[in-house]
Amino acid sequence: MERYEGLSIPRAGDLIFGRCPRPLHVGGLVIGGGIVYPELNFTLPPMPVTAQTMPQVLQEYQQMADDACARAAALQVPGLVLELELLPDLTREPEWGAQVTAILRERLDAYRSSHGLVSALRVTPSDLRDFIRPPLMRAGQEWERMVRSFEECAQAGADMLAIESTGGKEIHDDALLNGDLTGALFALGVLACRDMAFLWDMIVDVAGRRHVIAAGDTACGFGNTAMMLADSRYIPRVWAAVIRVMTVPRSLVAYERGAVGPSKDCAYEGPFLKAITGYPISMEGAEAACAHPSPVGNIAKAAADLWSNESVQNVKLLGGMAPTVSMEQLAYATRLMNIASAHAKAVELRDWLVESDAALDPQAYVLRPDVVVGLAGQIVAEPTPYLRTRRAALAALQALREAASQGAVTLPRAEQRWLARLSDQAEQLPEDEDSFIGRAVSQIDRQKVRLDQYDLAMVT
Amino acid sequence: MTVLDELREAVIDGQAKLAVAAATQGLEQGIPAEVLLHDGLIAAMREVGRLFEENEIYVPEMLVAARAMNATVAVLKPRLIEHAVQSSGTVAIGTVQGDLHDIGKNLVAMMLEGSGFEVVDLGTDVPPERFVEAIRAGADVVAMSALLTTTMTSMQDVVEAITAAGLRDQVRIIAGGAPITAKYAARIGADGYAPDASKAVRKVRELLTV
Repeated sequence: MERYEGLSIPRAGDLIFGRCPRPLHVGGLVIGGGIVYPELNFTLPPMPVTAQTMPQVLQEYQQMADDACARAAALQVPGLVLELELLPDLTREPEWGAQVTAILRERLDAYRSSHGLVSALRVTPSDLRDFIRPPLMRAGQEWERMVRSFEECAQAGADMLAIESTGGKEIHDDALLNGDLTGALFALGVLACRDMAFLWDMIVDVAGRRHVIAAGDTACGFGNTAMMLADSRYIPRVWAAVIRVMTVPRSLVAYERGAVGPSKDCAYEGPFLKAITGYPISMEGAEAACAHPSPVGNIAKAAADLWSNESVQNVKLLGGMAPTVSMEQLAYATRLMNIASAHAKAVELRDWLVESDAALDPQAYVLRPDVVVGLAGQIVAEPTPYLRTRRAALAALQALREAASQGAVTLPRAEQRWLARLSDQAEQLPEDEDSFIGRAVSQIDRQKVRLDQYDLAMVT
Repeated sequence: MTVLDELREAVIDGQAKLAVAAATQGLEQGIPAEVLLHDGLIAAMREVGRLFEENEIYVPEMLVAARAMNATVAVLKPRLIEHAVQSSGTVAIGTVQGDLHDIGKNLVAMMLEGSGFEVVDLGTDVPPERFVEAIRAGADVVAMSALLTTTMTSMQDVVEAITAAGLRDQVRIIAGGAPITAKYAARIGADGYAPDASKAVRKVRELLTV
């Protein structure tokens, strides 16, 4: 088990796209070795996934992969990663997910042979465990099916395994909507971190036995839920920014259990993970607008080693089928980044990408390379996941207060009021984890969580 | 400041104890419960809705206001029942079968409650027959949510199940969620679509003409 106590990238100037201290070699790609590759993700058009529709499902995936590879080859991309995010039904029936995996594997291999297109396949099974409410995290049919899905997809041709795990989300959702920092800290710093350790021991074990890469685990259900709620103006943007930083210790647990990246595209906590671990990351932004809006479309590119579109439905656009259109957008976005690197102008391009977003939204501000390195250093200086998450909240709030007072980020009156309110809440967070857990457990809705699934059975 | 003013202010500020105290005082002064409900609580929640729509407050502030309102409704309820005061309507809400996403659904439920509707939250991964049962139990509106392109098709199953049960004329149906459009809602036979939680409340009001 690797323990991270300092930064692999201690200088903000070195936190840059395409390069990292620990590049990964997979399928002829060197991720983080100097080139940014496109990572394409696609999903089905509106249709049910059943035994009857599976032939059509397979046909859809084959066509999406085929067209995307053809476009990638035509645009001479230096390499390609395809991501298959398994829908719940394709995880619940592990054989179905494996069939889709095998089809994508076959297509990638075919284009490697015919066009010399180097590539890798990431497969991301769905976290089925919260289909049972309250979620059963460590046993039961959903857990067993998910484990089988990892096994069978690895066997069917995945190069990398990833997940968007949801441990702690059953408490975090309410905390998010209530602006409740204690609840969020309990969900992320206690529940999620404990679940990550358990879950990632399984994933690393599967990956080791099947000789594939244990990639990473995005806090999408936490940080991106917050980002979407903030985008709808349901919650303050400063709250979403603080949550983003608070997801870092949770996602770092995967690396401490053996994950090696590249982190998943929707893990906007990725730059922090890269600064801490030195492993490459995948990111998404402007070219992921097909899947969701974000205030970080350019700054997200600053430290990306893979650049993704998040997900796109297989529907027809004027330019072609949507996944093929996304492929083209990613090809051009990464081509610019790589040509900047080739001309030793990567830092200049990065700084423009950063400057174009950072002052407009606190969620973008906390992704500034200098802010990332500063916050990441404070986070890993703490000894436990709980203290790291607590520090993430305290440090992010302090950074935002300073930024607001210096005019480095623009905050309307209602946002400033929430920054002060969250800061007041943060002052009340104790250093002692046991006393914090006692307090948090008395405040949460106990009907929504099985504490024994997080080694908290004795808490009353 | 009148008792009604105090009641409204307490609800807007999310001060449940002050709201209950103001309502209790109002009842003691002989103000009818339905006046305290409509001119106090519902008026306050309308103001909360306005502040939200003008970006002055966020959902967390709306939630504490809704809690203050619910605590006060509990005090008024015996009098309201005594005088047979009806709620604005009952909405059965759920995320359709195969889908677990519920934040949007929960927001709609919360805002409907805050606007004086009775809400029956069926939860997530809800099979069509449970929506049918909810109508039999008295729901005036069915509100369906889905986030995945592969589960949105379950919405049509719900509409078909309601029709097959002979209940289509008794209920209004609305649909929402990231992949849903007004066109899709119309195509599956729903009565309405809402792109977000506050518009969902407006749509329910419009469909029930309240």
